[in-house]
Amino acid sequence: MNLASLSASYLRARPLNTALSLLLLALGVATIVLLVLVVSQVEERMTRDARGIDLVVGAKGSPMQLILAGIYHADAPTGNIPLAAAQALSKHRMVKKAIPLALGDSWRGYRIVGAGHEYLVHYGAQPASGRFHDKPMEAVLGAEVAARTGTPVGARFVGAHGIGGEGDEHADAPYTVVGILERTGAVIDRLVLTSIESVWQVHEEHHEPADEEDRRALEADREVTVLLLQYASPLAAAMLPRQINSQSELQAASPAYETARLFRIVGVGVEALRAFAVILILAAGLSVFIALYTALEERRYDLAVMRTLGASPARLFGMLVLEGLVLAGLGALIGLGLGHLLTALLGAWLEAQQQYPVTGLRWYAEELWLVAVALLVGLAAALVPAWRAYRTDVAGTLAQG
Amino acid sequence: MIRVRGLAHRYGEAAVLDLQTWDVAAGERWLVAGPSGSGKTTLLHVLAGLVRPSEGAISVQDTDLRSLAGAQLDRWRGAAVGIVLQALHLVRHLSVRDNLRLAQYLAHLPQDEARVVETLAALGVADKAARRPSELSQGERQRVAIARAVVNRPKLLLADEPTANLDDAAAARAIDLLFGQAERNSATLVVATHDARVKQRFVKKLELGA
Repeated sequence: MNLASLSASYLRARPLNTALSLLLLALGVATIVLLVLVVSQVEERMTRDARGIDLVVGAKGSPMQLILAGIYHADAPTGNIPLAAAQALSKHRMVKKAIPLALGDSWRGYRIVGAGHEYLVHYGAQPASGRFHDKPMEAVLGAEVAARTGTPVGARFVGAHGIGGEGDEHADAPYTVVGILERTGAVIDRLVLTSIESVWQVHEEHHEPADEEDRRALEADREVTVLLLQYASPLAAAMLPRQINSQSELQAASPAYETARLFRIVGVGVEALRAFAVILILAAGLSVFIALYTALEERRYDLAVMRTLGASPARLFGMLVLEGLVLAGLGALIGLGLGHLLTALLGAWLEAQQQYPVTGLRWYAEELWLVAVALLVGLAAALVPAWRAYRTDVAGTLAQG
Repeated sequence: MIRVRGLAHRYGEAAVLDLQTWDVAAGERWLVAGPSGSGKTTLLHVLAGLVRPSEGAISVQDTDLRSLAGAQLDRWRGAAVGIVLQALHLVRHLSVRDNLRLAQYLAHLPQDEARVVETLAALGVADKAARRPSELSQGERQRVAIARAVVNRPKLLLADEPTANLDDAAAARAIDLLFGQAERNSATLVVATHDARVKQRFVKKLELGA
């Protein structure tokens, strides 16, 4: 027998009230946990994917689309740019590093990205088996692509035109898998990598150059989709985008600026959900308050008797506060578990959709704050009932029978 | 054991208790009689330190109750006084055993399972230890209430109208139990009642006026 078991026995004595309070609190906490986990992990991944990339250059169009397509491979590209323009820009004195990418095809829903080894090195990718691609029509699979399609080194496949996986297949130009990458936690896990020449070759297959002149004409027409740039100096951030955007055929977009803009747009929805969760938690607090307050009426003899048995008013106060805290703590724990479970389920679903994966196994410091807030709500809800218990008029109560 | 001097208590303007001198020796069994409103219950509450009187000095077992501050008084009451209430007021959600352990816990005494069993056995309800109060008969509930009052071996055992609503045989048994437990635990017994049936059982009587 102690204050905790005493409080617990009173909570068990009114199971419906207790369950309602726990449910409301758990749902509120779970909603916030889900938001924290998903938003934090998506932000972390987006930051990691864009690390070291200061500027994305591509065809004119929506700058956000350019970022989504060029860095995150989550949208269709805005178009292609001439290889010559990209090469010229790569040699610009304000550019430290330039990585050209050729996009447009996909395999089983995974993007086929034409890129040099520098793209793999940029994300710190290492072959888990096999090697990097050397010759045209060799392909390297990201860890997730290999795992989910179960494709081994040496397998052959054909890409489909377009990124939805429903376009015409380039059946006459199969790729050979020469390597599978180790997991990096970055976007490259979900990509099929090949050389830029492969992408050109797939699309030029149908008209082999007849002679030297034709070949030169084809080469002059060669294009890439985006160019990922790293600045040579901070000064470039002020000058380079403006300079590029003033050229009629190119567009430059800053990943930092565009992702911030994206999060502001998505943030409205996140804030609305968060507000809803806060309302749930406050409703839980109200439910705890009502449960404790209404139970006081039937408990007043118990409280008076406890005083005759030697309990000080402070102990009765403590007992009621503890009931609020036990409810809040239990509700918060259930909510944490539920939030992580929901995130794990969402993560499994997202992975099946080839979207940004999230995991329910990560824990964040914000969650401790959430438990603290829940306990505070429980404490606040218990204060008035606890004060009334503190003020129990023993003689007056017992005199009534 | 009990020493009362110049005790008076008022609720607002109305005087509810007036007792100039009363001395009780250790181990005595006292009946406090008087009509309704004469202050019997108030006297018990004053003796238990639940009510601080408007005037007068009360000492119980050489403890001047005025000298004890709030929580000290609560602690003293838990260890030194056992109270049997007319309506019994067992805690419904707790088993019989836990009702007794509650008394030990709230008095800041070690929770002694052997003492709980022994006390229940002395009152013939050891087999009900795991039951809830609602599963017991009225007679069994009264035995449990007495057990809870004596489990901490109080020096002063107070009972407020212990025989109200009981038939003659049950009333006689209740008084037997209180006498038996007072003697067994070497406690001084004070019973407040207006029940004429039990008066002849007591030698020491205090009559409070209306």
